[in-house]
Amino acid sequence: MDTYEPIIGLEIHVELKTKSGMFCGCPADHFGKKPNTGTCPVCLGLPGALPVPNKKAVEWTIMLGLALGSTIAEVSKFDRKHYFYPDLPKGYQISQYDQPLCRGGMVPTSFGDVRIHRVHLEEDTGKLQHATVDGKRVTLVDFNRSGVPLVEIVTEADIRSAEQAKEFLKKLHQIVRYLGISDADMEKGSMRLEPNISLRKIGEKGLPPYKVEVKNINSFRFAERAINYELERHARMLDEGKIPLQETRGWDEAKNATVSQRTKEEAADYRYFPEPDIPPMRFTQQMITNIQSTIPELPDAKLTRFTKDFGLNNQDASLLIESQELADYFEEAVKVATGRTNFSPKDIANWIINRKPDIDAVMPAKFIESMREAKEVVAVSDKDLFAVIDKVLAENAKAVADYKAGKQQSAMFLMGLVRRQLPKSDTKLILDTLRKSLDST
Amino acid sequence: MNSDLSIRDIAKKLRSKEFSSYDLTRECYDLIEKVEPKIHAFITLVDKKDALARARKIDEHMTQSPLAGIPYVMKDAYLTRGVRTTAASKILDDFIAPYSATVHKKLEDAGAILIGKMNMDAWGHGASTENTDYGPSKNPWDLTRSAGGSGGGPAAAVAARLSVFGIGEDTGGSIRNPAAWNNITAMKVTYGRVSRYGAIAYASSLDTVGPTAKTAEDCAFVLEAIAGHDPYDATSSKQPVPNYTKELEKSIKGKRIAFPTEFYGEALDPEINAAITKAREVFVSLGATVTDVSLPMLEYGVPVYYILAPSETSSNLGRYDGVRYGYGRNLFTKENKRRIMTGTYALSSGYYDAYYKKALKVRSLFIEEYQKLLVNYDAILSPVTPIMPSKFGELLNDPMKNMMADLYTVIVNIVGLPALSLPCGFGKGGLPIGMQLVGSMFSESSLFSLGHAYQKVTDWHMQLPQVLK
Repeated sequence: MDTYEPIIGLEIHVELKTKSGMFCGCPADHFGKKPNTGTCPVCLGLPGALPVPNKKAVEWTIMLGLALGSTIAEVSKFDRKHYFYPDLPKGYQISQYDQPLCRGGMVPTSFGDVRIHRVHLEEDTGKLQHATVDGKRVTLVDFNRSGVPLVEIVTEADIRSAEQAKEFLKKLHQIVRYLGISDADMEKGSMRLEPNISLRKIGEKGLPPYKVEVKNINSFRFAERAINYELERHARMLDEGKIPLQETRGWDEAKNATVSQRTKEEAADYRYFPEPDIPPMRFTQQMITNIQSTIPELPDAKLTRFTKDFGLNNQDASLLIESQELADYFEEAVKVATGRTNFSPKDIANWIINRKPDIDAVMPAKFIESMREAKEVVAVSDKDLFAVIDKVLAENAKAVADYKAGKQQSAMFLMGLVRRQLPKSDTKLILDTLRKSLDST
Repeated sequence: MNSDLSIRDIAKKLRSKEFSSYDLTRECYDLIEKVEPKIHAFITLVDKKDALARARKIDEHMTQSPLAGIPYVMKDAYLTRGVRTTAASKILDDFIAPYSATVHKKLEDAGAILIGKMNMDAWGHGASTENTDYGPSKNPWDLTRSAGGSGGGPAAAVAARLSVFGIGEDTGGSIRNPAAWNNITAMKVTYGRVSRYGAIAYASSLDTVGPTAKTAEDCAFVLEAIAGHDPYDATSSKQPVPNYTKELEKSIKGKRIAFPTEFYGEALDPEINAAITKAREVFVSLGATVTDVSLPMLEYGVPVYYILAPSETSSNLGRYDGVRYGYGRNLFTKENKRRIMTGTYALSSGYYDAYYKKALKVRSLFIEEYQKLLVNYDAILSPVTPIMPSKFGELLNDPMKNMMADLYTVIVNIVGLPALSLPCGFGKGGLPIGMQLVGSMFSESSLFSLGHAYQKVTDWHMQLPQVLK
């Protein structure tokens, strides 16, 4: 293994959460819907039906490209990509071939930069379901997903380890979520990962003479495992003087291994040609500037700002910017605290990281309030606390007996009594100490 | 025979209650009963009871629309909700569309009465309506000859007065060629003028939806009802729709007509040449100028068309793979297979640049050349077909000849321009001859006024076919 260097590129598909489909008015939200209920002549590919592109989907793809540092095309177009598969009702997928919306770009990782090759827009396909109907094994097609806007992001083969791939994917996932253009939920298939993996002898230049593509990966962890599995497999083969087959493999969760799906001895001929049903698209600088202005502060910029402006360390800042909602929550809490308390942003950051408040339920102001109350408790010494607890336990023998008999509520009752004597105290601290006392008597 | 009247007259008489839509529709069905067995223009005849019931309803609530209560037919390439649509192929033998083409919807909204879905070359592949799975249509002027194609069915029906007007679909001449061979008038519209939504695609970048009728004026009435932007067709134009019927009467004095000399060479049947040369004089007598010009690229039209159209059709027909419509690919005709194979080849990697991409480049050159010419001219006067209506088998058995029949028509689709096809004489044996006026983008109105002026001083278009005598 030490004699080789991994050469990894990634293809990522992201379903956009637009209201309607890529080329029709059907709902783009297809998850968990009754099969074939969200369809129309266009996404069913009926004779005579025509695609009309979704403007929002185009704008969002450009937005993603801008967020990744891509160059946006002045002129772009859709193309038809032909292949036969039962989940593809027209016999072709409307995709983009030689004039993608975005080219180039870069995502830095702690292992080095990963360049973006291109970002383009296409339509998702239907979904096959293998089932038994009336005792017969059949394959059913659900077209609800057909025509859902799908963005494809292709990286250059810049990735050198599974860990780097995972970091890149997490960052991309975060960016997509920050932009609010997709749920990027991998379990629902709205973000799909396809690593292209090969090994090269250290010191050699250029791409290896083969690559293996792994499909059906629905988590970052599995992506990491699949890549490592493949790297080891390739190394073994190369050691034996064999070149791994150029093929598509799938990740088998149960076996914890990749399995061969189909070999790609020659590149498929998709017979691409410009989609005649959709006029080419032109973008002015003004349009691109307008889209640029809707991009929120992105994770990397936020991280830098949090460390600089709030004096946070990298690790804490990373935890806080995990989602835009959490980052906003932190900033709001800092704002509330300023002038009213002497909590530093660092105090607040730690408090959020340790206490993990339910940010949907507890408003930042409320959170700061509870923080202040809790902080004041520190004034209560262990000695005082134990004295009060001992007194309460002695006066409430029945509740103690109930607790011993398994009644958990009794502890809450007792805590209430303790707290009455020590107002402004930290309930969690009381409860913990109380339990200890109860358990040791 | 009220179906022989103009749309303007019919509209007037329906409102003065000289006859009803019910009477007119029933008259069409009676005539169909007599004539249809001879010419075989229909694939599906709308149930007479349904059509008459609709006519009765329109009679009771007559609207403003000039097409209200008027029977019409459509090429079987249009989806009509509830009425079978086949594209003349057994692959769709029992396909009943769950939605209607925009053009059908517009005509229904206008109160017109659909009475038939008409014969054509399967999937639009052909120029003689012989390449159909439902038996060829016969020319009402000579039953031993083809009705032209691909829309031979709607043209023959209008020629035989079985219907007041028809809706054709023109990808490489499919409206104009049968119009010329059946002695009727038809408009191949500017690409994007009429929505293609619900028209079964042959070659998407060339397909156009247009009217076929007896006169330029009738075509103007129909186009007024069907033209315009459609949110369901991204290639349909937002250009406002003129009031064609009003602008029809505009004088053509001073209009400049170009006469490309290359078009009138050896490839052209001398009878057609002579007829159009006479028409040229008529235009001059009406105050237009007709000038000889050069358009030397004509001969490249057919090769470019036969790369673009098969390529696109190979893609468009991919969906009829036997999974969803019940019948398999084995039911494509020889001509369908020939075009699918040609197109698949032309789009293959390694050949794409040499064929499809090159054809697109030539297409741009054509567009430039036509644009340049049409800066100085209002219309180009051109033949529609190089040959007179063919005998059965003549084109079907000779793919090269079949392609050359499209010489004058395909180039107009390649450049996306409008063209009015209209009768201009008769040859030996009383076979009709047509000519076409090609204009700049969205100049339908100007072409209608040229055609209308011509038809006011000629009577070719008023002649009735043999089958009615």
